[in-house]
Amino acid sequence: MLIFELSRPGRVNRSQAPGDAPEPRDIPQRFLRARPPLLPEASELDVVRHYTSLSQRNFSIDTHFYPLGSCTMKYNPRACNALALLPQFLARHPGAPDDTGQGFLACLFELQEMLKEVTGMAAVSLAPMAGAQGEFAGVAMIRAYHDAHGDTERSEILVPDAAHGTNPATAVMCGYGVREIPTDGDGNVDLPALKRAVGAHTAGLMLTNPSTLGVFEHSILDIGKVVHDAGGLLYYDGANLNAILAKVRPGDMGFDAIHINLHKTFSTPHGGGGPGAGPVGAGARLAPFLPLPIVCGRDEGYRLQDERDLPLSIGRLAAHAGNAGVLLRAYVYMRLLGAEGMRRVADFATLNANYLLAELVKAGFDAAFPQRRASHEFILTLKRLKDETGVTAADVAKRLLDKGFHAPTVYFPQLVPECLLIEPTETESKQTLDAFVAALREVAAEARASPDLVKSAPHTTPVRRLDEVRAARELDLTWKSV
Amino acid sequence: MLQALGVGSIEALFDEIPAALRGVRLNDVPPALTEMEVSRLMRERAEADGTYLNFIGAGAYEHHVPAAIWQIATRGEFYSSYTPYQAEASQGTLQVLYEYQSMMASLLALDVTNASLYDGASALAEAVLMAVRAQRSAKRVLLPRSVHPVWRKVARTITRNHGIELTEVGYDADAGHTSLPALENFKGEEIAAVVVPQPNFFGVLEPADELVDWAHAHGALAIAAVNPTALAILKPPGSWGTTGADIAIGDGQPLGVPLASGGPYFGFMACRKALVRQMPGRIVGATRDSEGRRGYTLTLQAREQHIRRSKATSNICTNQGLVVTAATIYLALLGADGLARVARASHANAMTLLAALTRVDGVERAFSGSQFHEFVLRLKTPVTPVLEALKARGIIGGFDLGHDFPELGDALLVCATETKTDADIMRYAESMESIIARRYRPAPCAVRPSS
Repeated sequence: MLIFELSRPGRVNRSQAPGDAPEPRDIPQRFLRARPPLLPEASELDVVRHYTSLSQRNFSIDTHFYPLGSCTMKYNPRACNALALLPQFLARHPGAPDDTGQGFLACLFELQEMLKEVTGMAAVSLAPMAGAQGEFAGVAMIRAYHDAHGDTERSEILVPDAAHGTNPATAVMCGYGVREIPTDGDGNVDLPALKRAVGAHTAGLMLTNPSTLGVFEHSILDIGKVVHDAGGLLYYDGANLNAILAKVRPGDMGFDAIHINLHKTFSTPHGGGGPGAGPVGAGARLAPFLPLPIVCGRDEGYRLQDERDLPLSIGRLAAHAGNAGVLLRAYVYMRLLGAEGMRRVADFATLNANYLLAELVKAGFDAAFPQRRASHEFILTLKRLKDETGVTAADVAKRLLDKGFHAPTVYFPQLVPECLLIEPTETESKQTLDAFVAALREVAAEARASPDLVKSAPHTTPVRRLDEVRAARELDLTWKSV
Repeated sequence: MLQALGVGSIEALFDEIPAALRGVRLNDVPPALTEMEVSRLMRERAEADGTYLNFIGAGAYEHHVPAAIWQIATRGEFYSSYTPYQAEASQGTLQVLYEYQSMMASLLALDVTNASLYDGASALAEAVLMAVRAQRSAKRVLLPRSVHPVWRKVARTITRNHGIELTEVGYDADAGHTSLPALENFKGEEIAAVVVPQPNFFGVLEPADELVDWAHAHGALAIAAVNPTALAILKPPGSWGTTGADIAIGDGQPLGVPLASGGPYFGFMACRKALVRQMPGRIVGATRDSEGRRGYTLTLQAREQHIRRSKATSNICTNQGLVVTAATIYLALLGADGLARVARASHANAMTLLAALTRVDGVERAFSGSQFHEFVLRLKTPVTPVLEALKARGIIGGFDLGHDFPELGDALLVCATETKTDADIMRYAESMESIIARRYRPAPCAVRPSS
């Protein structure tokens, strides 16, 4: 049932709207709306009951194990939400003077400082509103740096073939061409291929480490040297920072810029797909180009810097100071963890991933890179299962839903056939991991005994398998009254 | 667990990382606090920020947020789920987004909308990129100076490396809306799109019908930049001019999202059906399951970065799902009648405040054009000390336009919404009067009349 189908003419909530004011006589008729928009007419109870029951049609971290690789679906502590929703924080207008937001700005300033420390960067801007915007800022800074040095012939960004799709898409948004670098048999960037690819046209390299294949690039220092020697700069995609938090720092690996997905490593909520936050860090060379605003501390208080402070900045990415409420949640999370807690994040994320991988291999599954340690996530390939039974990675993913587990990421990275990218995170217990192993073992047994059961999954979710081809072919994007 | 792995310590699991990189010490990250200690710290900081009577709008608007909205939106099932890649396990989020798309399409009177972008400013930038993609050869977009100055900056940052020329168009100094004669300077040039704000940054209503028709007569697309509350009573973009605007964007913050120092908000984007494949961001479609039941899924993903990589329409990945969930509940709770009440009450309060403030000697209305819930005042004394004095009385008096619009002199952008009572308005007007009276005395007559 859609909310529109619950709608009854004339049903209104008088308490939630203000008392009526007369029609505005000072606005000429030609500016006014002729017919009201088609919005629901429903009571508060109708609305509350409808959206509460919709929420119950979701899997979520709070209700299910959610091992979606590359997304870091860890528990979101409730205190982070409660404290970001303190009434004074919610009421403050973004245009209010800085001196009316010293408490808020103190949190942001300290967040910047802590992010500098854990990434090993010289400076951080909290402005980007998502990881993809952080990436955009990072590559735009690389471009601005080369431009400022009159080095305008650099036209290409190098991206490993296993990279997140946002990397090549971002390079194009910054006006660059993209050259893909292949992966070698161990899951590392193919170093000889990288050496052949770099040159005077190289603006930079975008890299995730540990990579999207769930392994740490052994040769990161050599990779950095190859790119730097060619005059290019190094961009760190912080999607997998959770794996190495407080253990290894991107700045020490030689990276010049980085974005951090606060909704991954620093446990701000994913919210059904946002809002995220993608603060961007810069080494000394790129710091003058960071996006605005940046919080600076002074003796008389904290202040948001603008164009007058940072004339070389790539500019602004958001109407205000970024996703402030998300930043506050990350700040609370970091204060709850402290330095030691951050180290435990990487420790237990890595322990859980390696344990889960070992148990799944024991259960008969194939690791994509059996010769490697897992980082915080790892890849299984179900090619053998598919060859034997016709059951695909997508089928297995759907069948896991029936067993009460959210599916891992499927078919990414694209270069491993029939892959499951599994990220358990540090907040899951051994008991949950063991139950997940048992569920996957059951699905594999079902695939062999009765493959149609798996191929037609899911069976117990609110809807059965959905026709995505029909959705794209017969576009139905809005409800229309009949 | 370590036994199962055959290692002696967790540290051994990091042995593939070069030793030179390990052994980080975090000296600047303080030790852990308990939940009680962090709660106390945050409460002290929140209280230090205090509460003010706010009269700034300038792109973020204080409206009443009904209690039900965030109680439902922050349920764990919405709060801690992710992008609905596994549609069968995400029907809640997907249906909310489908309902949102339906409500916004109707509010904007356009065919389709996406499931949101980051905020209004970045939505404007994406709309510019989208219009230029759709137009193929034309690279110039006319961007009135009456559009939010930061939105214009963001559009520049994001579109800078695409050879796009963002050309500003001036406003009529009396009326405060985009100058139609100024547009005529671009006659005969190849224009990809014209941006039409409604209401504009000054709160003034633009001649949207004429601007859209001008754009279409010159082969350009029309991009509407609108306030969603205002559309409860103002003509929607799809009805502007002879054939309507082609793309509409804006910031969804007024729809149940608290001010919260600037975010998270969300950007919305709608367009004609013919342009849907150029639209960035997630889109949800209705379909059927294997038993013929209605269900919802992400669709048209062939536009997106995780499929198309370097050929995607944008690098955008997530949207602002949770904030959109709140906005959907807001629209469902208020309905067309409630939203129109919010719009009319905001307009009425703004007009009452305008009348009260312009009765003060030394305060004038800057523009003659019709206003929605925001207006520009010209003061006969510098703005900064007036705002400081108001702040000392607990009032945030408005947005100082001196930095972005120096040509307006001592000008202040002021907003009132339905949240302001007659007593609030009176308090502001009386404070303004006493502050101005102290600062501004009319110049003495050059020649003293002889008695």
